[in-house]
Amino acid sequence: MKKHIFNKTKWSIAALLLLSINSVFAQSSTSSALFESHDIGLFLLVLLVLLPIVGFFIYTGLSIKKKSTQLIQQKFSSQSIKAEKYLTDLDFEQVRALLGKKNNETHSLKSSGLLTVILLFISQFSFGQSDVLPATRESLMTQPGVLITLVLLFIPLLVGFILLVTKLNAMLTKMRTKNLMQEAETLAEMLDNGEVMQDYTELERREKALSYNLNNDELSGKEAPSDEKGLLKNVKSEHDMNFFAQKTKPMPRPKIDPNLTKLILAFIGSAIFWLVLGTSIGEYVGIKFIAPDADSLSWLSFGRLRPVHTNLVFWGWASLGMLGLGYYVVPMVGNGPLASLKMGWYSLFFINLSHILGTISLMAGVNNGGGEYREYIWPIMSLFAAGLVLSMINYLKTVALRKTKEIYISNWYITSAVIFLPIIAVVSYLPFWQNGIGETILQGFYMHQAVGLWFMFFCLGLLYYFLPQQLNKPIFSYSLGVLAFWTQILFYTLIGTHHFVFSSLPWWLQTVAIVGSVGMLIPVTSGTINFLMTFKGSWNKVSNSYSLPFFVVGVIYYFTGSFQGTAEAFRSTNLIWHFTDFTIAHSHITMYGIITFIIFAGIYAIVPRLTGQEPPQLMVGAHFWFALIGLQFYTIPLMIGGTFKGLSWAEGKPFIDSVVLMAPYWLWRAIGGSMMWISHLILAYNFYKMMFATKELDVKEEAFKILQQKVNLSQN
Amino acid sequence: MDFFNDHKKLFTAAVVLFSILMIFVAIFPAIENQTNNASLPDSQPLTDDEMAGKLIYISEGCVGCHSQQVRNVDMDKTWGSRPNIAADYAGITRTSFLQNTATLMGTERTGPDLTNIGVRQPSLDWHLLHLFNPRAVVQQSIMPAHPWLFDFKEKPNDGDIIVNVPAEFLQGKTGKVVASERVLQLVTYLQSLKQVKLPGGTPNPEFLYKKEKKAAEDGAGEAEDLDGAALYAANCQSCHQQNGEGLKGAFPPLKGSKIVLDENPEIMLSIIMQGYNAREEYGVMPAVGTNNKLIPEEITAIMNHERTSWGNTGRKVTTDEIKKLMEALKKPAQ
Repeated sequence: MKKHIFNKTKWSIAALLLLSINSVFAQSSTSSALFESHDIGLFLLVLLVLLPIVGFFIYTGLSIKKKSTQLIQQKFSSQSIKAEKYLTDLDFEQVRALLGKKNNETHSLKSSGLLTVILLFISQFSFGQSDVLPATRESLMTQPGVLITLVLLFIPLLVGFILLVTKLNAMLTKMRTKNLMQEAETLAEMLDNGEVMQDYTELERREKALSYNLNNDELSGKEAPSDEKGLLKNVKSEHDMNFFAQKTKPMPRPKIDPNLTKLILAFIGSAIFWLVLGTSIGEYVGIKFIAPDADSLSWLSFGRLRPVHTNLVFWGWASLGMLGLGYYVVPMVGNGPLASLKMGWYSLFFINLSHILGTISLMAGVNNGGGEYREYIWPIMSLFAAGLVLSMINYLKTVALRKTKEIYISNWYITSAVIFLPIIAVVSYLPFWQNGIGETILQGFYMHQAVGLWFMFFCLGLLYYFLPQQLNKPIFSYSLGVLAFWTQILFYTLIGTHHFVFSSLPWWLQTVAIVGSVGMLIPVTSGTINFLMTFKGSWNKVSNSYSLPFFVVGVIYYFTGSFQGTAEAFRSTNLIWHFTDFTIAHSHITMYGIITFIIFAGIYAIVPRLTGQEPPQLMVGAHFWFALIGLQFYTIPLMIGGTFKGLSWAEGKPFIDSVVLMAPYWLWRAIGGSMMWISHLILAYNFYKMMFATKELDVKEEAFKILQQKVNLSQN
Repeated sequence: MDFFNDHKKLFTAAVVLFSILMIFVAIFPAIENQTNNASLPDSQPLTDDEMAGKLIYISEGCVGCHSQQVRNVDMDKTWGSRPNIAADYAGITRTSFLQNTATLMGTERTGPDLTNIGVRQPSLDWHLLHLFNPRAVVQQSIMPAHPWLFDFKEKPNDGDIIVNVPAEFLQGKTGKVVASERVLQLVTYLQSLKQVKLPGGTPNPEFLYKKEKKAAEDGAGEAEDLDGAALYAANCQSCHQQNGEGLKGAFPPLKGSKIVLDENPEIMLSIIMQGYNAREEYGVMPAVGTNNKLIPEEITAIMNHERTSWGNTGRKVTTDEIKKLMEALKKPAQ
């Protein structure tokens, strides 16, 4: 039987290999039709990306197969354990114990039918994956950009799948241990019965031979082990089968000034408020795609609420969230104090004021014109800019006050970002170069610099602090961070016009933007490598931390979202995707998948430290999964629908056809959006819990308090 | 390195690099384009009413869904006769003390492009009904309704423009729907959106990425190859509706229409090409054929679709017949 199973395994490997080889060949045979010869490089790239994936599937397939085979084997053989195998390998204690016992009892074994079913399903599953792979390649699309996007789309799904498989794998290992344990019990009972034992003389001889022994403590001494350096923490005393890992409490950090704590929490609290409000509006606006007659109030009409949503999540949520985290990071990495708390409060006040006024004015129909994210009129935007400038001065002074000689890379990014954004805003609001097409050139510049040199830059700075801190190890490469810093400034500044490809803007400017978009691959690749290599060797920490999973998602989307941006900038892909809902999916992948997830992570990393109160772990998990799954339901349908929309236009079909075909995708977007929105409500609840919730009594702390009181009393 | 440990030098370097690039890709091209481009000679500056309409267009956030740019790619041919050039926008200056210049080029096309809407859909009646509730004219539309741009009056004054809104879209409100001054201004603005001819024989810039034309297998079948239903949807349906029944009090039915079923297609063709305004109870029909530059083959396909759909049993016309009639139509106009 054993041999039979082994053979089966072998065949399955062969089948897997064949399938993968087959699919690889299938691609190369179609490649000549799909691509012209100049696209060979791209084909190789896709192949390079896919090969490790296929390899991974084969590996997991094999390992799961192996484990399940072992388990099945155990199950079948457990009723007739090969007692001889164990008997020849008994140690002294075992021999003696065996000799000492001669009782008779019967027993029965439990069988685990359910397990077999699960295992069979899993082994099926491992085949299923190899079937799925070619489906991605069979795509009829011939555009390199489309192919790149498909691959990118695949990456987060793949990572999610890897997580799942890893967990299943771990569970199987545990199950196997459990089964082995059962087997041991069976063996013990059989030995107990003596039903396998006929001749005891051989055993007795063995006992003598084995009784010669060293004391075993010649080298170690006789003292009990002790942890004198205090290295062991969070030692678990209970072991059970947890699918969800128990999260460890954050390590205590040096206490920071309680007044600074208040400022940071005020920033984060405001940010969360704008997030909930801004996404409630976003949610409502999304629903209007399916139910356009939901209301007939001018203040709640789609055209007016859309900019309210974008401005609140951009300048309200993300900007305040980042600034709040920045107020923690900037003094921390310089080992010095914050320059001015007062300035921080004023900054918060001005920014919040700008959003209150801005929201009202947009809903009343007062806006700046057609530019996206430039909808606040200048008096309101100047309040926002004033708040930013205050924080900028504050950060700069704090950097100047630092106690370390070097400026840690986080502060390069963060401080530069707060310097750049006011410049960008001022240049884009000044009227001197806004006539005619000048307005559009500035618009392209503005909307993209705000994204790349403010949000992305700031968040990279946060990553360079939080990742090493959370993983408790240095960043993989400081130099890569420096390279990414300069190249991001160099290339990102150029790419604004790629929002207006084929428009009346100068052709050379469009080309510069496309070239810059490709150049962005340099900082993005070096950043991603840096972060992933920092994770390397510490992946086990991800499962028992509640901030690290958010960081992992942020880093993955940093890679896929940015690469997608490059893929979208090509003229060929612009033909299909420009003006469609694909753009909206992309902006959510980047602003949500990257920026928002990193801020989520930062909040969960520092707020418990600042307040000393943990969020409910179940709710953090709920937040994470709702946000992540919601994002998938939001973006993937929009990308598919957007592609169909673009193709419908290209075929010259009546415009209304493209509206009708989008309906199901808009429905899915609303569903995904609702999930994301629910996750924000959970975040607000978690934040409340971290701020105000009654703290569970810490027995140790209380005991020492009582002790201290007693001491005080006795001293009096 | 000392350079990197001095915050003044480090951040100055970053800002200098950024600023140089910014001047190169934003400020310099912007200034160059605003000084070196002028409005086309044929273009008309916006009148006061049109400008007021544009302000409403801005205030209602129409640009979120409607672009105003015809790109130089083939698929944008639907939206205009030529790709837009920088000169088309050159006359647009700062909107007001509080508001920036608004070229309204847009980045999304959840709704149709409006660069040439004044030519494509000049009908006031259509725009008013459409703005009151888009679903009254285009059933599948998802555009927001704008009822706050209208007044409800029990007894309209003389000179009030009454919009014949089907009862289901009144949402229980009583009285006549009267177009406010604001909505009339908005429609005036929309009607003013027309592409201007390039001056004196300047050739139009080319549309790129042309669809490869499938070689016609036989010349005779050309008219049948065109999809009459799709052309009808693109050019006629927003008023006459998909079921050909039009809208009561606004747009006449084509189903069972005498003109459509007439053995002689001459009147039908002249209405398509030159428009029609003879009947009190209905809105004005614009010169759709001329405005949208339909070719005889397309007109034939549309006419045949109208003559044989919704239970209509008119005679099919041929392309040659239509070509001759079209030439005849042109002569008296000259």
